[in-house]
Amino acid sequence: MKKSPALFYKSISVVLVTVILVGFVWISLVRINHRLDFSTLWAYKYRLWQGFKMTLIMAFASLLVSLLLGSVAAMAQKSRFLVLSYLAKIYIQIIRGTPLLVQIFFFFYIIGTAWGVDNRYLAGVLILSLFEGAYIAEIIRGGLESIDESQFELAKAVGLTPAKTFRLVTFPLLMARILPALTGQFASIIKDSSLLSVIAIPELTQITQEISADNYRLFENYFFLGLLYFVMTFAVSLITRHLERMYKHENSAG
Amino acid sequence: MKIVLDKICKSFAGKTVLKNVCYEDDFNALAVIGPSGAGKSTLLRIIGGLLPPTSGDLYLDGIKVSFSEKELLAHRRTIGFVFQTKGLFEHLTALENVMLPLIHSFQLDKAEAAERARELFARFGLEEEGHKYPHQLSGGQQQRIQIARAMAIKPKLLLLDEPTSALDPELTAEVLDMLGELQAGGLKTIIVTHEMGFAKKACEKVVFVADGTVVESGDSRQIFTEPQTKALQAFLNKVLEWQP
Repeated sequence: MKKSPALFYKSISVVLVTVILVGFVWISLVRINHRLDFSTLWAYKYRLWQGFKMTLIMAFASLLVSLLLGSVAAMAQKSRFLVLSYLAKIYIQIIRGTPLLVQIFFFFYIIGTAWGVDNRYLAGVLILSLFEGAYIAEIIRGGLESIDESQFELAKAVGLTPAKTFRLVTFPLLMARILPALTGQFASIIKDSSLLSVIAIPELTQITQEISADNYRLFENYFFLGLLYFVMTFAVSLITRHLERMYKHENSAG
Repeated sequence: MKIVLDKICKSFAGKTVLKNVCYEDDFNALAVIGPSGAGKSTLLRIIGGLLPPTSGDLYLDGIKVSFSEKELLAHRRTIGFVFQTKGLFEHLTALENVMLPLIHSFQLDKAEAAERARELFARFGLEEEGHKYPHQLSGGQQQRIQIARAMAIKPKLLLLDEPTSALDPELTAEVLDMLGELQAGGLKTIIVTHEMGFAKKACEKVVFVADGTVVESGDSRQIFTEPQTKALQAFLNKVLEWQP
């Protein structure tokens, strides 16, 4: 058992790290002769709030759809129908191997236009879900593979039906393994949603770009934008930590 | 219990594990012995309905076991199975492990299941362990809880796959004592084991499996004192070499 360091030592270290980081940024600003002034941002508070909400909505909607897509792709990969299995594997490989920005342009302007998807919010959620779904499929596949085969044989031996095996054994074991990774993926979705600004969805990044065209305070605007994203992802990482602890409590043998 | 194995074969991806296993006997406690990799565990899984044979038939008390998935479910519910290791659900406590089959395979309500599980834990001296998760339990405790789980469903036959091979001698004795007590109480068992002492004393019948087939079988007294085949003689010489 590692002894936790003394409170005094801890607080000194926190202060030191803060001084180093803030000092570094401050000196950098001095070197380029820039004085930060956030006061102009106040006037845009309503639009920023709208953008903040839009980012959360896009991220939440994409989380749900990408979970569905990821589960289907993870299952399809293991399918005995080769067409399905190949399709899932190629989907995961291509999506994970190309930049989100390219995918957004491709799916929005080519596929979206060809098939008449002209609601950009719907398109945004679908494209982001398609992207994140490939990562979630890999998380789920890894989780399934990490479950010991003995657990399934045991389920058979005690006379569980396949449906009950899934509900009582596979699902809880899988969740315990992948929940931390899934919440981490949610933080990625929040950040990745910033790229949806290129198809003019009024989320935080798009709003910030519009504000910048109005007040010319680029540094301050993007600094603040980063802070807002950090608030969201930090909240998610707190949840992750909580879930990890819950998981450990039940199964420290991993 | 009467058992008939009629020309049972099993292969995995072209590799033959069991070939033409034939055996017929009436037993209370049957020990399956033989060298590692001979197919003992595979044979036990076929009897327990966990694996279908590639060909051949299995009869228990004169009734042919059907290996269609639907009927296997019913077959498995009449049998208790104890695994070599990792035989408990890792996300459930010891008590929940015993209760789960009662509730979900036997439709008992939760209170009844908890009652029956607690009775068994008390009987086997496991009261302290009820709320622990498998990783918090010793190997011996895990095996005894597995046996308790198998007993909870009042099986017509208990199958054990090397239940003590991962345990040290003290824990082995703990598990075998429990098993001996159950056998004395009339429970029908088939055990795959490397514990020759247990096979000799606690099981009245023995089957010797080598190279994927039954080489010799009979009363345990006779098997251990007058082995007929060369293979069994060689096997016994080897495993009994360091026995007191």
